[in-house]
Amino acid sequence: MEVERESLRARQLRARDLLRGDLEGRDLEEYVEERLLTTTLENALNWGRANALFPMTFGLACCAIEMMSMVTSRYDIARFGAEAFRASPRQADMLILSGRVSVKMAPVVRRVYDQMLEPKWVIAMGACSSSGGMFANYAVVQGADKFMPVDIHVPGCPPRPEALLHGFNKLQQLVRGDPDLGWRERYNAVGTEEWARFESGQPTTEALERAAQAVKEHTDA
Amino acid sequence: MPDAPGLELIAQGIEKGRKGTVVETSVEHDVATLIVNPEGVLHALGWLRDTEGQGYRFLSSLHAADYLPATPRFAVHYELLCRERMERIHLKALLADPAAGDGSNGASAGEKLPELDSCVELFPTADFQEREAYDFFGILFRGHPDLRRILMPEDYVGWPQRRDFPIGGEPVLFTHNEIETPRWFE
Repeated sequence: MEVERESLRARQLRARDLLRGDLEGRDLEEYVEERLLTTTLENALNWGRANALFPMTFGLACCAIEMMSMVTSRYDIARFGAEAFRASPRQADMLILSGRVSVKMAPVVRRVYDQMLEPKWVIAMGACSSSGGMFANYAVVQGADKFMPVDIHVPGCPPRPEALLHGFNKLQQLVRGDPDLGWRERYNAVGTEEWARFESGQPTTEALERAAQAVKEHTDA
Repeated sequence: MPDAPGLELIAQGIEKGRKGTVVETSVEHDVATLIVNPEGVLHALGWLRDTEGQGYRFLSSLHAADYLPATPRFAVHYELLCRERMERIHLKALLADPAAGDGSNGASAGEKLPELDSCVELFPTADFQEREAYDFFGILFRGHPDLRRILMPEDYVGWPQRRDFPIGGEPVLFTHNEIETPRWFE
């Protein structure tokens, strides 16, 4: 402990020297090497994205209680930067499907998902939203991925907040690696990107060409 | 609840106003039930609501039921409450299935549905409950102001709480029924 305190003191003194402009030559180089990290812009951006996911305020059923307790101080999703639940899909980039999706609710969920801006991610929380769970009947959609892309499935009935946090950490890992997650390929949705031109609100010709190309590739394959 | 003689007196009172309204009375499971002719439902409900000394002015529940192997197949239950005496009385209107025997199973366009008079005029609370009975059992309430689906999607086809309606869902693979779907992993 004493040694650590010593080395900390040494670092503080060196930092003070740098600020004064006293460090030169080899000392300065060492100092900079110690404190700088080089990365690509993309990695830095993904790191930022993964640590500032805004979930959508959207509770479907009993799982939503666990989702809410995930925000409380006991479990504290703020540790991972996702405590800002947004009330508008336009400001959110993560949707937690917390509960069963009934046949009548499915279009609403899909609409909320469609209104979210890209990139966007979805966690299917619990057995019901992943597979219909115990509600194997006419009224409940047997798995939310029947009508929308899902990135993470968290098992449980309901999953404990720790389980949901674990799923969320997995999602963060995925986002850090590749924020796209390839859901368009998985769900045959290549070419459905919505790119708007700022002035007119119309898609750019470039985007339209890309979409047409993608559709053509898909039909050829 | 009224006891068995009391229920008979009520049945006689209703019969006095309109012959052939009460088909049967029963007191079972601490419930006094009047089984009424579907044509006379409004008369019976109105009599129980407005007659001096009865005062069943609160419709606490209206729901339908399907007793499939039995005939008549459907029933609409009315649960009335007298709040002064804290007494409940149950009315049951048995409805035959007009589509019985033609195998249409409630999903075709020109299907025949069981019909009954709506009691929204007497009890406004019956509005949503009759819509629910229509939604799930396909029972038409004549004279209802706005009879359409209430819980299921508006474009839903079929009457899901009927006993011959497929329950839906998907088979789920567990270890105990794995043997029934050989080579499921392929």
